[in-house]
Amino acid sequence: MSSDSPQPLETDVVIIGAGPIGLFAVFELGLLDLKCHLIDILDRPGGQCTELYPEKPIYDIPGLPIVTGQQLTDRLMEQVKPFGATFHFNEMATALVKLEDGRWQLTTDTGTSIIAHAVVIAAGAGSFVPKRPPVPGIEHFENAGDGIGVHYAVRKMETFRGKNILIAGGGDSALDWTINLAPLAKSLTLVHHRDGFRAAAHSVNQMRELEKEGRVKFHVASVKALHGEPGGLKGVTLAGADKSEWHHEADVFLPFFGLTIKLGPIAEFGINLHENLIPVDTASFASATPGIFAIGDINTYPGKLKLILSGFHEAALMAQAAFHIVRPNEKLRFQYTTSSSNLQKKLGVH
Amino acid sequence: MKIVGTDRQGNTREVEGREGWSVMEILRDAGFDIAAECGGACACATCHVYVQDGWYEKLSPPSDAEIDMLDMALAVEPNSSRLSCQIVCSDAIDGIKVTVAPE
Repeated sequence: MSSDSPQPLETDVVIIGAGPIGLFAVFELGLLDLKCHLIDILDRPGGQCTELYPEKPIYDIPGLPIVTGQQLTDRLMEQVKPFGATFHFNEMATALVKLEDGRWQLTTDTGTSIIAHAVVIAAGAGSFVPKRPPVPGIEHFENAGDGIGVHYAVRKMETFRGKNILIAGGGDSALDWTINLAPLAKSLTLVHHRDGFRAAAHSVNQMRELEKEGRVKFHVASVKALHGEPGGLKGVTLAGADKSEWHHEADVFLPFFGLTIKLGPIAEFGINLHENLIPVDTASFASATPGIFAIGDINTYPGKLKLILSGFHEAALMAQAAFHIVRPNEKLRFQYTTSSSNLQKKLGVH
Repeated sequence: MKIVGTDRQGNTREVEGREGWSVMEILRDAGFDIAAECGGACACATCHVYVQDGWYEKLSPPSDAEIDMLDMALAVEPNSSRLSCQIVCSDAIDGIKVTVAPE
């Protein structure tokens, strides 16, 4: 959280989530001349499409017989380009408050503050956050400070210099950080549940080289317990494949098991939730709170299907309703992109 | 066919499987707390279960994609951990015992 509060940004609509539905919302709102800011905790657009299955084909997008999650995201980004939306990546929406003038102020974990007339929650199942290993008391070692305790990401490599580092996992992150941190660590140990890795072959080869040189130790093992004072990790208990347990000295533990989805701070926004979903009116996709809309997997209504195509429809109807909130005194002129030179101008095709 | 499922709280109950459905789909629809974030695409490891009492050996072995994906699961146990979206219900596994793995 930044201590100095910069001037809040102002826009028509703020969208939480830059997955396919959040992106298409930019398009539908853009056709109505509404400007958007988007917030996403990931470092790139696409949400689940690019985080979970970038290379897997999707077969049920109307008009696209086969498209991968990455391709669909790329096409949507191309489609919304004319509307000049502002993207805030690597940020989590943490608070939403109503202002006296009726607008909403949304703030993020990095201190960004955005004031908008309407809020669109297109957050899917929530925020992607690192998977936390089921080791008792692990939360007490998180946020201990630079280079100590448990970290799920490496922000400044230098903070790990001269430390006894323990890394767990078998994917690209685990292997990449093993390779990158080994030269500056006092000691570096990698543990994984099997003697094999899903990481890229060249990374695995590099790790094996470091192991031969004695600069990395590798064990088929898992972390069973953490020892030390909260804030100061001293060591861990490791368990091998044969269930034997031993103590291992470590100042810092870096688990890399990828991301999982948690609803996160949206639950604290004061919006009516039903089993972690936002009930909406299917004429407008408005939530029970005026000015807040919910589209895509995050909403619920009778007959709801969690399909990308349903989310697209929801975005279109939401935009019509949001227009009346953002521009209460204007008449909405419904037009088609095929026949309206006005819309075509906005799209930059004429 | 039957599936004997145990949830994270240790409660065990028997649910009716359906030929051709995945064990993940059956457990999820029966109210077990399985995220199955990717919807059964072997892309997230959030349907991780422990297959117990000798049933692991009776299953077709995991694919390379599933073995890779299990690298992203927490608390993996050798000869027990599977992704339930990759176990297909059939009479051959009638009575299979599974426990939902920790989140």
